[in-house]
Amino acid sequence: METILSLKNLDKKYGSVHAVNNLSFDIQKGNVYGILGPNGSGKSTTLGIILNVVNRTSGKFSWFNDSLSTHEALKKVGAIIERPNFYPYMTAAQNLALICKIKGITTEKIDEKLKVVNLYERKNSKFRTYSLGMKQRLAIASALLNDPEILILDEPTNGLDPQGIHEIRQIIKKIAANGTTILLASHLLDEVEKVCSHVVVIRKGVKLYSGRVDEMTASNGLFELKVDTNEEHLINILEEHPAIGKITKEHETIIATLSKTISSSEINEYLFGKGIILSHLVKRKPSLEQQFLDLTNNN
Amino acid sequence: MLRLLTIEFHKLKHNRASKVLSIIYFGLLTCIALIAAIKFDIGPVKFHLADAGIFNFPYIWHFNTYIASILKFFLLLVIVSMMANEYSYKTLKQNLIDGLSKKEFVLSKFYTVIAFAFISTVFVFVVSLILGLIYSDYNEFAIIVSDLKYLVAFFIKLVGFFSMGLFFGILVKRSAFAVGAMVVWLIIESMFKGYLFWSFKDASNTTEKVDSIMQFLPFEAMANLIKEPFSRLGAVKSVANQIGETFTKSYDVQFTTIFIVSAWTFIFIYLSYALLKKRDL
Repeated sequence: METILSLKNLDKKYGSVHAVNNLSFDIQKGNVYGILGPNGSGKSTTLGIILNVVNRTSGKFSWFNDSLSTHEALKKVGAIIERPNFYPYMTAAQNLALICKIKGITTEKIDEKLKVVNLYERKNSKFRTYSLGMKQRLAIASALLNDPEILILDEPTNGLDPQGIHEIRQIIKKIAANGTTILLASHLLDEVEKVCSHVVVIRKGVKLYSGRVDEMTASNGLFELKVDTNEEHLINILEEHPAIGKITKEHETIIATLSKTISSSEINEYLFGKGIILSHLVKRKPSLEQQFLDLTNNN
Repeated sequence: MLRLLTIEFHKLKHNRASKVLSIIYFGLLTCIALIAAIKFDIGPVKFHLADAGIFNFPYIWHFNTYIASILKFFLLLVIVSMMANEYSYKTLKQNLIDGLSKKEFVLSKFYTVIAFAFISTVFVFVVSLILGLIYSDYNEFAIIVSDLKYLVAFFIKLVGFFSMGLFFGILVKRSAFAVGAMVVWLIIESMFKGYLFWSFKDASNTTEKVDSIMQFLPFEAMANLIKEPFSRLGAVKSVANQIGETFTKSYDVQFTTIFIVSAWTFIFIYLSYALLKKRDL
């Protein structure tokens, strides 16, 4: 498999703050990666380093197996970081034309990409007249101009209203479906869960996990249970079962984490035998949010 | 190089403030021609500036480049803001992410500075040539092309001055403060000059000593490139002779001055690059 980006022992210190600590991971072609981490965990700094805007303290990174210098490689990359930055006095089309000049490509794709992000009708409006959602969409259009080998998105839905968030996600899904490699940094887990196949989890600049999303924690799944009356009794009974590890309560729902695999019918039969009639029973995998919290708390 | 120039030109072309300032600047350059229209007509005293010999070749090269270089402040605003805007719009970050290297970024600005200086020089050359052909008393080819070194000095002066503007634009990141910082530098340079005069006040050749040190400072060096032309004017000289004053000043463009200003240009551009390279954006 072709490696697009490789980080080795990357380190960045801002004075006494150790923003990125000995970080190593590889990005393979065709996968959709999520970089997860709480605010201030070093996600943006890491992206800043590989995008040539932040200087590393030590370590190295290489694009496309070291075949290109960083700024040449970036011409084959599409990236948007934090806030969309364009020249406010230029129109959308003029801004994109400038980017074409920087990347050394023709301007013929501008209209096509503006249509992808639904900005074609506003292409001759000045950037300063755009709403935040439109600015973010224009940023995505600019990142797509060169049909990039890899698309890097840093918090693409930050600060958007629900409709804007939905639109951006649809666009990302569409791009991912085309087979473009994507690296998505976010602290919004459902966002990552919906589009990513691989994750890199970092906290305080240290890598906690990197690999497939579904292998993130060794989990046997969990049960959601509800009864109409006598919850105490249910919890007591569950605690006696050998396959149940931890029991927690979320609002009306009781969550039983499994230490061994058992099926829904088995647990239903067991509880029914003890005289408990459930009003709700679901077996599911832990959400990415739970996995993430487990991982960040345990380490 | 052409790619970098077109990138920078694209940024300037759509910026109204830059466009207006550039137009005013080149408009004012053209207006040097209006000096020709200055006439004093007070009763018996008739004085027509164009007849006073200021448009004579080769003096006109000296006079016009001197006057034109006063107007350079208009372009300085364009240069400083084109640098500082990249910071305030955060487009510098975006440019780098899009695949411009930091070196290319500084070079694109520097090439623009050179282009502006070059166009200004050509402009002054054409305006002066036309004025001279109309008003000059001497129109021999050899006289016309003598003293063209003032145009070279003009070009070097603009490049040096604008490079300084670029550097302060990167250093301070805000256009207004960058121009302010240049003014502060000018004041410090003047105060230093004053201090030198004070500390050499007992020496026999105070002025020479002060000048020998001051010539290395950027503003002084740029001012030395084209010295004031007024006391060189025949009319002024004859008046001065009548009151018993003689000028023994050299008005020539010194090679050392050109070298010093070029060295400063290199220092400013290199420091801009070093600063940009060191900074995290």
